[in-house]
Amino acid sequence: MKVFVPADSSALSLGANEVANAFEGTDAQVIRTGSRGMFWLEPLVEVETPAGRVGYANVEPADIPALLDNKLTQKSIGLVTDYDWLKKQNRVTFARVGVIDPLSVADYEAHGGLVGLRKALALTSEQIVEEVTQSGLRGRGGAGFPAGIKWNTVLGAQADQKYICCNADEGDSGTFADRMLMEGDPLTLVEGMIIAGIAVGATKGLIYCRSEYPHAIDVLNKAIKNAYAAGVLGASVCGSHFAFDLEVRSGAGSYVCGEETAMLESLEGKRGMIRPKPPIPALSGLYGKPTVINNVMTLSAVPMILADGAAAYQGLGVERSRGTQVFQLAGNIAKGGIVETAFGITLGELVDGFGGGTNSGRPIKTVQVGGPLGAYLDKSAWDVPMAYESLAAAGGMLGHGGVVVFDDTVNMAKQARFAMEFCAEESCGKCTPCRIGSTRGVEVIDKIVAGEDQAENLLLLEDLCEVMTDGSLCAMGGLTPLPVRSALKLYPADFGIRS
Amino acid sequence: MTQFVVDDLTAQLEQFRGNNYAVLQALQTTQEMIGFVPDSALDVVAKVCNVSRAEVYGVFTFYSDFKNTAPAKCIVKVCVAEACQANGSRELVDELHNQGFDVHTAKQNGNVQMEQTFCLGNCALGPAALINGQPIARATAKKLIEKANEVAR
Repeated sequence: MKVFVPADSSALSLGANEVANAFEGTDAQVIRTGSRGMFWLEPLVEVETPAGRVGYANVEPADIPALLDNKLTQKSIGLVTDYDWLKKQNRVTFARVGVIDPLSVADYEAHGGLVGLRKALALTSEQIVEEVTQSGLRGRGGAGFPAGIKWNTVLGAQADQKYICCNADEGDSGTFADRMLMEGDPLTLVEGMIIAGIAVGATKGLIYCRSEYPHAIDVLNKAIKNAYAAGVLGASVCGSHFAFDLEVRSGAGSYVCGEETAMLESLEGKRGMIRPKPPIPALSGLYGKPTVINNVMTLSAVPMILADGAAAYQGLGVERSRGTQVFQLAGNIAKGGIVETAFGITLGELVDGFGGGTNSGRPIKTVQVGGPLGAYLDKSAWDVPMAYESLAAAGGMLGHGGVVVFDDTVNMAKQARFAMEFCAEESCGKCTPCRIGSTRGVEVIDKIVAGEDQAENLLLLEDLCEVMTDGSLCAMGGLTPLPVRSALKLYPADFGIRS
Repeated sequence: MTQFVVDDLTAQLEQFRGNNYAVLQALQTTQEMIGFVPDSALDVVAKVCNVSRAEVYGVFTFYSDFKNTAPAKCIVKVCVAEACQANGSRELVDELHNQGFDVHTAKQNGNVQMEQTFCLGNCALGPAALINGQPIARATAKKLIEKANEVAR
């Protein structure tokens, strides 16, 4: 009997290891997988049957004897692939997460892995770049820059060495898709990076993963070792004349290192200080060499694009947001987890439809979309399609696709203050608006809340936000005003403002 | 550091000899080996990587992971970012403070040290925490203190 028990961090935090250990001494063959991303069901144990995998939710070690006797019916959710929440999604990048053994190259291949890479090996560099361009893939890290255009710049640059750097410094609160993919299907990322290398002529890749993800780093290292052993990485990628080497680097506790130029500084062993652009990293990146920097989700979309063709990916989504987005439902939410679906689903469908409202059962007051630098939105934004342009038009930001739900007990002045506090804590200090502005922001918000010269201080805060937005070198200082201004606009009463 | 530790550290850092791009990795290797980065280790890293002590100190102070004193036997990282705030991490931090654990100063309490962190990527099961690297969901002060004391024993 084959059973599948997730080893994803979120599942571990609910006791998945204890559940896996409880199978010891039984006939069951335990396979550790990633998570399906339905956290309210974790630990979700799956049992192989002729009809498919049957899921058992919230399994405890004491349940194992009953489960093996096929008597744990009260915790069964039936066939996992028929489970409505999962069935309504379109899992492309996450197709294998929670399904396969993340460390097994054979399992990866048996589930469609390496098809994209093998196709890429038969194409020219220009053809691969063209395919990625045609797919409409845009940077999933937050900025949404077209991946194909970036790759084309690196392809056209002349240099003795080029690099592929994967930004796995997923520091935004409310986002965990990168972590889950790295823990659940790391070889997809590896494959995407190799394809990027072949496309632009880079033979070396680095994954910069934050130190807060010790399990992801561990899984990545093991998967990479196995990929070398299988001949997927190394001097001859899948027996071809292409070479590609890959290594994982750990961050050291710095949010701003998720900004691409700060990440490069950190990879070069320095303080994670922002570099002014230009030059752009595509021309002068790691060690001053042409470098592709893409987020985990961007690079992990590439194997499927090559395997199924650009048109299949381009056929999903709305307007200029093509393909799927891996949304992450977080915060005070009943059914939190991963919702991968084509761009264009509305915020309300995500939060109420998939999320099932708050976990506390209280009414929703606000949602923050796109991480700590994203805007707070209320129910008036429920009909906004989740896509780069439409969300921006509604005053928000898609960012990395994280949606954090708050119930009506939240005080929005505290949230606005926290945005400034966080910026003060994590600012690299390179530019004045961010370094000084964030501390001044905390002070001014405190004065407003205390009712001190409110009108003048509101004006001052607005002025400060404008300077930070327009004058900061990167998104850290530049977008911190977004949560502040949106909180102030939607919830002035929380700031003690008398209308 | 004794000469013995200096020699041992120098041997561990040999892979970074003359590589001025390896300061961060050398500091990480040092902390892995010793548990923290003693002041005198900065000189060792500077010498190995062929950079000034000031440059090493600059890197050391930039990243919040690095510690300059021996850490407690049990380190509890408590997430204080937005998604966990939505699940009551502000109240959790206050409660821990009342129980003698200040996550902002990360002051040691016996063999336990609790510190704040911004996001552990477990954002739908908050408040999230890590106890010596082990992830904890739906953290309460009682749960964290009990488990931490267990680990620290």
